[in-house]
Amino acid sequence: MTTPTTEDGPATDDRPGLIQARPVPHPGRWVALAVILVLLAMLVSSFVTNERWNFPKALEIMQQTPVLEGLWKGTIIGTVGAMVIGVVGGVVIAVLRLSSNPILRGVSFVYTWFFRGIPRLVLLAMIGSGVGFLYNRLDFGVPFGQQLASFLGLSSDFTFFTLNVNQFSSTLLAGIIGLGLSEAAYMAEIARAGILSVDKGQGEAAAALGMNRGQAMRRVILPQAMRVIVPPTGNETIAMVKDTSLLSAIPVITELFYQTSAIGNRTLLIMPAFVAVTAWYLIVGSVLMVGQYFLEKRFGRGFGTPSNRRFARPAGAGGA
Amino acid sequence: MSETTTTPAESGRSRTGEDQPLVRAVNVMKSFHGNEVLKGIDLDVHRGEVVCLLGPSGSGKTTFLRCINQLETVDGGRIWVDGDLVGYREEGGHLHHLTDKQVASQRREIGMVFQRFNLFPHMTALENVMEAPVQVKGVARKTAKARAVELLEQVGLGDKPSSYPAQLSGGQQQRVAIARALAMDPKLMLFDEPTSALDPELVGEVLRVMRDLADQGMTMIVVTHEMSFAREVADHVVFMDGGVVVEEGKPKDVIGNPKHERTQSFLKRMRTEHDDNP
Repeated sequence: MTTPTTEDGPATDDRPGLIQARPVPHPGRWVALAVILVLLAMLVSSFVTNERWNFPKALEIMQQTPVLEGLWKGTIIGTVGAMVIGVVGGVVIAVLRLSSNPILRGVSFVYTWFFRGIPRLVLLAMIGSGVGFLYNRLDFGVPFGQQLASFLGLSSDFTFFTLNVNQFSSTLLAGIIGLGLSEAAYMAEIARAGILSVDKGQGEAAAALGMNRGQAMRRVILPQAMRVIVPPTGNETIAMVKDTSLLSAIPVITELFYQTSAIGNRTLLIMPAFVAVTAWYLIVGSVLMVGQYFLEKRFGRGFGTPSNRRFARPAGAGGA
Repeated sequence: MSETTTTPAESGRSRTGEDQPLVRAVNVMKSFHGNEVLKGIDLDVHRGEVVCLLGPSGSGKTTFLRCINQLETVDGGRIWVDGDLVGYREEGGHLHHLTDKQVASQRREIGMVFQRFNLFPHMTALENVMEAPVQVKGVARKTAKARAVELLEQVGLGDKPSSYPAQLSGGQQQRVAIARALAMDPKLMLFDEPTSALDPELVGEVLRVMRDLADQGMTMIVVTHEMSFAREVADHVVFMDGGVVVEEGKPKDVIGNPKHERTQSFLKRMRTEHDDNP
């Protein structure tokens, strides 16, 4: 039995002073650390001793021009483009889904039902060959303008702009639109959850100030919904980075995985090629995680930073 | 002093004229899923008047207040604010629903303060107050900012313009909410239990701001459980229970000397609760 000691100045009386307690021992942690260190050492040793890993080659493949081009065009531009379409489209579809207009609600529901229901691989394959087969050119103009023109015997057929679908459907842009349309269906659900997470009183306060629905949505509801929308959107973005590898179904071949595995197949360096592509996906994913951190900070304004306070103080709680 | 409200007030009364009330409610009815919350409320509020709505919870006072600025739609009866029929337009003997835009423009004239403040948490106090004038009225940011600073000073928060709501106490948040409503220069202010969500020691600062507002001649309808505020500030007190007005009149009559048995028992209950946890 030891007597408690106080270190702040002379202990004038026997009232308890500052606490200097011994921590609870955690032997399990040390055991776990030892096990993990041994496993790690084994892995590293295999890297060094097993020449088939061939890391120098992997590093070389990572820097080859077709790989970098595939990374930039197919993976990075593809992800950014598809996510821009996905987020904007998703918010619009979510707002439609929550609208008071039953027709718009129905449209939104059917959209989500369709695009969530078909695999992206199938969707992209279909865009790549099927759509061009069905409609080899798209004329933009007055609806039924051609029929109308032939009926009236006019020379103009009310077509302002013609798109050659056969050429367009196998481009990167077609792939991005396909991925974006699919993503919008998922983002719509995320955005809807975000909008519904905002307290009903916020919409009422905005309405009481004379804002119309659009203003309330844009200025009050969506900025708060973003706090809930951003984390799963980060998830979706990282998933999209990986789904750009599906662009080869269009087929768009300026895409990271296609290019890397092509090099692997050609040079018989299959595993180094896989290492190279894995490394690139991990790097892109890590950069995105950093971006997500800053976005969360931005939209967490007024709620405390996520690191030190997870929940906003309830509105009623006081304490100046 | 009218005792009961079951008799629908005489409609077709001239809606023009010098001493036309700012708010006139006639036979207002409202049900939620078959549950009748308001069973025919009549109320006149004149310019510059402070009216307190008292009554037990579930008596319909908050619902009635929310009907005035159309956060709830009424099922029956009519409400006029400054001579304009609320929520509808009368044409050819028929009532037509107003469009969203028209509803929004009617609400601009009416300020509302909520029990749970409902400040915009992603904006600072100053931005909260500036938001509606800039977005709704199209006031220049500079003008709106100057006015917002003035209003924050008026509610005693001149030193907190850049605080976010989460950094303010409940009493401070509610005072920002009052400033936010005043920024639209409303003709009428509605208060829905403005102090009920506050810690007891913070109630006073909010009531003080409301009292100042009443002294400046603002027309106010206040749903409250603060009997001393009702007694000292209100010009007219309305006691509601079960969706009807049970008793109304001068505060010294209704609170000081209630005629109706339901009013008496409610006031007695309030007094004992107040003694239990002051």
